[in-house]
Amino acid sequence: MPKLIKDHQIIEDNWLIIDADFEGDLPEQNAIVPLNYWTQNRESLASRKNVGVWLDSHEEPAPLSADLKSLPVVAINFPKFADGRGYSYARLLRERFNYDGEIRAIGDVLQDQLFYMKRCGFNAFSIRADRDIEQALNGLSDFSNSYQAGCDNPIPQFRRR
Amino acid sequence: MYKYDDYDRNLVLERVKQFRGQTDRFFSGELAEDEYLALRLQNGLYVQRLAPMLRVAIPYGMLSSVQLRRLADLSRTYDKGYVHFTTRQNVQFNWPEIKDVPDMLQSLSEVEMHAIQTSGNCIRNTTTDQFAGVINDEIIDPRPYCELIRQWSTFHPEFAYLPRKFKIAVNACPTEDRAAIKVHDIGLEIIKNEQGETGFRVFVGGGLGRTPLLGSAINEFLAEQDLLTYLEAVIRVYNQHGRRDNKYKARIKILVKALTPEVFAQKVEDEWQHIKESPAKLTNEEIDRVKGFFDAPDYKTISSTPSFEEQKASNKAFANWVNRNTNHHKVQGYSIVTLTLKKTGVPPGDVSDDKLELIADLADQYSFGEVRVAHDQNIVLANVKQDDLFDVWKKAQPAGFATPNLNMLTDIICCPGGDFCALANAKSIPIAEQIQTRFDNLDYLYDLGEIELNISGCMNACGHHHIGNIGILGVDKKGLEFYQVSLGGCSGKDASVGKILGPSFAREQMADIIEKIINVYVENRTDEELFLDTYRRIGMTPFKERVYAKAH
Ligand code: SF4
Repeated sequence: MPKLIKDHQIIEDNWLIIDADFEGDLPEQNAIVPLNYWTQNRESLASRKNVGVWLDSHEEPAPLSADLKSLPVVAINFPKFADGRGYSYARLLRERFNYDGEIRAIGDVLQDQLFYMKRCGFNAFSIRADRDIEQALNGLSDFSNSYQAGCDNPIPQFRRR
Repeated sequence: MYKYDDYDRNLVLERVKQFRGQTDRFFSGELAEDEYLALRLQNGLYVQRLAPMLRVAIPYGMLSSVQLRRLADLSRTYDKGYVHFTTRQNVQFNWPEIKDVPDMLQSLSEVEMHAIQTSGNCIRNTTTDQFAGVINDEIIDPRPYCELIRQWSTFHPEFAYLPRKFKIAVNACPTEDRAAIKVHDIGLEIIKNEQGETGFRVFVGGGLGRTPLLGSAINEFLAEQDLLTYLEAVIRVYNQHGRRDNKYKARIKILVKALTPEVFAQKVEDEWQHIKESPAKLTNEEIDRVKGFFDAPDYKTISSTPSFEEQKASNKAFANWVNRNTNHHKVQGYSIVTLTLKKTGVPPGDVSDDKLELIADLADQYSFGEVRVAHDQNIVLANVKQDDLFDVWKKAQPAGFATPNLNMLTDIICCPGGDFCALANAKSIPIAEQIQTRFDNLDYLYDLGEIELNISGCMNACGHHHIGNIGILGVDKKGLEFYQVSLGGCSGKDASVGKILGPSFAREQMADIIEKIINVYVENRTDEELFLDTYRRIGMTPFKERVYAKAH
């Protein structure tokens, strides 16, 4: 089973990510479905407690806002690491829509982004398969302090002096 | 000048450690070339045509003598004994080895310097007026606000992977804009409202490059406490909606233009309402704390300057230099000195190690141990006693820093161009030299008055050619280097983007072409007109006719 970093620990990942163009019936197991699929099958999926949604980098989180209470996980895709829209999406999920479930980074996710991702509200990271997940874990603690407010600490440093 | 505390120091050290690790992982093969690229760019490390290039931040242009000496040291140890000052108040090493860069960064951190976010698609070094804090007519010293922005933008977790680079500039001078804020992604003009409170007029969407545009005002008065949350709202809108499919359309100016400034402003406003009163809002205590770092130095009370007056009267060359290269200081008995780094034969902005040390000595002896780096690639000693000016002039002369050509035709802004830069279409430095050699008569230059001539080696416009009164752009014509000329650009308060004169020219023609342009000006000007005024009055046609006239 693939591994996942969640809440600073390496765990087994027992969620299946469903492809963007998937059609038909969802398997019984835990699944994270694309936004499209979710919107089309909202009623039938909402009753299952083991379905999450993933947003692609051009899909803002606002359309999900009404569903967030029942979603165990929202994943955000990074098609390439230089595409930074997902950082804003995660922040909006946490700070604007008060989502407190799992926010997971998927796609081109490497050690060097983890610190910023964590600050923007991600708490789970699906590290690219060709990389050492143990080593990637170190990325969460590259810095011991930050100037700005973030989801990890809403109080900016100047109010903590 | 701002002094690091333990927080600041620790962060920079952690960054060095992180980058050392990344560099190790690159050399061990774990990080692929393109993955390392994005990481090294956030540390100012480019790989250029001939060698890597390391760009180090000089926050809002302030440098201490200690930092200058460290730059000199590093250029000797790891480079070819010189550095290059850019048009955005940064300094570059042109020949370091990648493997040495972590050690260079370590050494820089010891003198409170770093290369954080000096390149890459993130928020870059905030720039301001090189005369901040020492001129009479500024509303308030802009540097504390620059420092507040520096801290807020450093390692901003949400904005490290923007669609494109992002530059902020601040101006606090109502009569002049030496920071060129209208050609920045965000330009902040410090103003006071009717109640006497400090705030900002916010411009967005200015920029040079392929699509030169001037910024539009989207907020007429932003209170100072709201500065950071508002910037956050602007950049959040941009991060989500800026184009990512085409790097030439990815700057915020394209988004602002596509949406219209009004719609963009509304989106920012909507976003801002959610975060305006959050803990991220600045406190008055914090603003005051940071202001405390920029208190006036220990000025002497000087009521008269007899030896200065005497020297001016008896030495015409000195008087010329004082006239040209010094500015009025807000404190009586002091002057602002600009050391020009534009001697013919030296690429604009390049300074050798021994000259860096000379500047450091001058700063220690005459200007409270500090200098400023200016947007026009010159160095400023901001606090010199007028009775010391003669000594400063004498010492600066042998180094070539006292060429009295500030803001004259030969005080050229010029990017590194084809001699150093991998992106260049054409060389830029030889053009500057050609023009400087042609116009080497100072009396004639004075007679011409202020003319801004800017040269870029390609569309990226690092030499700001669009906002030069005369702009020169290197273009590629079937593999050959050609130069396009534009006229009428201006970076000041009444900023404008220059218009293209016509078909481009070969390199060896350039001095002749510039001479023809200057002649048209001289023949047409009225008594008070500067080049730009004449151009604005008579328009492009007379210049065009002269330059493209068929030879008889
Ligand atoms: S303008 Fe072009 S040639 Fe000049 S430094 Fe910039 S990228 Fe290089």
